[in-house]
Amino acid sequence: MNRRLLVNLAAVIAAVTVLVPFGSMAQDKFIVVQSTTSTQNSGLLDAILPQFTEKSGIDVRVVAVGTGQAIKNAENGDGDVLLVHAKPAEEKFVADGWGVKRHDVMYNDFVIVGPADDPAGVAGSSDAVAALEKIAESQSAFASRGDDSGTHKAELRLWREAGVDTASASGDWYRETGSGMGATLNTGVGMGAYIMADRATWISFGNKGDHEVLVEGDPKLFNQYGVILVNPDKHPVVKAEEGQAFIDWLLGAEGQAAIADFKVDGQQLFFPNAD
Amino acid sequence: MQDFADSLLLSLNLIVSGNPELWSIVLLSLRVSLTAVALAAVIGMPLGAALAVGRFPGRPAAIVLVNALMGLPPVVVGLVVYLFLSNSGPLGVLQLLYTPTAMIIAQVVLVTPIIAALTRQVVEDLDAEYAEQLRSIGVSRLASVPTLLWDGRISLLTALLAGFGRAIAEVGAVIIVGGNINHVTRVMTTTIALETSKGNLALALALGTILVVIAIAVNAAVGLIGPASQRIAHA
Repeated sequence: MNRRLLVNLAAVIAAVTVLVPFGSMAQDKFIVVQSTTSTQNSGLLDAILPQFTEKSGIDVRVVAVGTGQAIKNAENGDGDVLLVHAKPAEEKFVADGWGVKRHDVMYNDFVIVGPADDPAGVAGSSDAVAALEKIAESQSAFASRGDDSGTHKAELRLWREAGVDTASASGDWYRETGSGMGATLNTGVGMGAYIMADRATWISFGNKGDHEVLVEGDPKLFNQYGVILVNPDKHPVVKAEEGQAFIDWLLGAEGQAAIADFKVDGQQLFFPNAD
Repeated sequence: MQDFADSLLLSLNLIVSGNPELWSIVLLSLRVSLTAVALAAVIGMPLGAALAVGRFPGRPAAIVLVNALMGLPPVVVGLVVYLFLSNSGPLGVLQLLYTPTAMIIAQVVLVTPIIAALTRQVVEDLDAEYAEQLRSIGVSRLASVPTLLWDGRISLLTALLAGFGRAIAEVGAVIIVGGNINHVTRVMTTTIALETSKGNLALALALGTILVVIAIAVNAAVGLIGPASQRIAHA
């Protein structure tokens, strides 16, 4: 009699754990792409990757983390292709032998968003450095990624140019969330803070509150994305052939057109510029 | 509070429409967490029972340790399992990173101490009650373990449910070792984290509602099995 219970329990567990198939996810050929939250959160990768998979039969598995973590994961050999946006760090990655070659893929730009009442008075400016100076002077709340991502690195470069010591203001008006772009936007909108974000994530972001784009159009806000094949000499597990096929497609006419065709609310989010 | 109303409608809509993408995510969540709990039970129950009836040097310290490990932070477990399974790690050759198996491993590490610690308490209480009887009919301490486990099965179901609750709800470990890869390792909690980061708060909340409904369903199912087994055993 006692056995019946055990058999029932075992059957329930077995039914759910063993018999449920993984469904359509079982594509034999696949590569892992270490990428950033902006490419995923904006919906770009979901839009263009099926086109590549259909053509090549190679499934692309995207791990979307900050650029810093993506590069670290790729150095550990936990990815075949790196698609990120921090050119100096990417060039170092290749120079150190972790990557084969870096290619420009596409660009967009960063914007500084903030509350509509704009306590620092930066609205309409196209001078990012001057805007940051004003935010620091007025000690208005600023939410920073603080996570060593591409956006964070770009933001820190601008603070340095503005001559503002953010470290001493940390925890005061300068607030490092240590999170992804979306989480930082949620936090920043919640606390009425200024935030530097990539335009793609901002446009597709669903929780804008009363925040709007206040500063844009500065050439210093240019945001270049690069793609790199992880070096198979360092990590023999790297699927060099499939990874290179993906890079070739992304840089080729089809991939570039797919990037240009991706729009949210009628706005193009990424601009292809492969050489 | 528009978000709450939106999300409730949205969750109903998602459930009723039978969105195949959603169901594959739900099934993967259940598959990963139920497998993890089953494995953790196989490891944790004998371990907990051994701690309860065993008499060995260092036992108090072992009990403190197991109890403390119930509080393991998921993100730390995720990081440690990542470092082991990474291609630069000692187990990289297994190629398990970014697979459901990696997520199961991480959750087994999280859940085993919970099941072991709760089992220890249940068995120790029963042992205090029945030890004399069992000894008098010549059953040794270790040989009494299966009897005590069986006798405490209803309480142990609660231990399993506590473990399941931990597994199905955590996001820190599975997002690191699974990578939240669409159609491969995306589960309920990582989807909720993703939709939150996209600012789709109503959708994220709707998915959260569905997750809670699933947890209720699993607990209700176990709640029905528990008393039923009692009746069968006493019939």
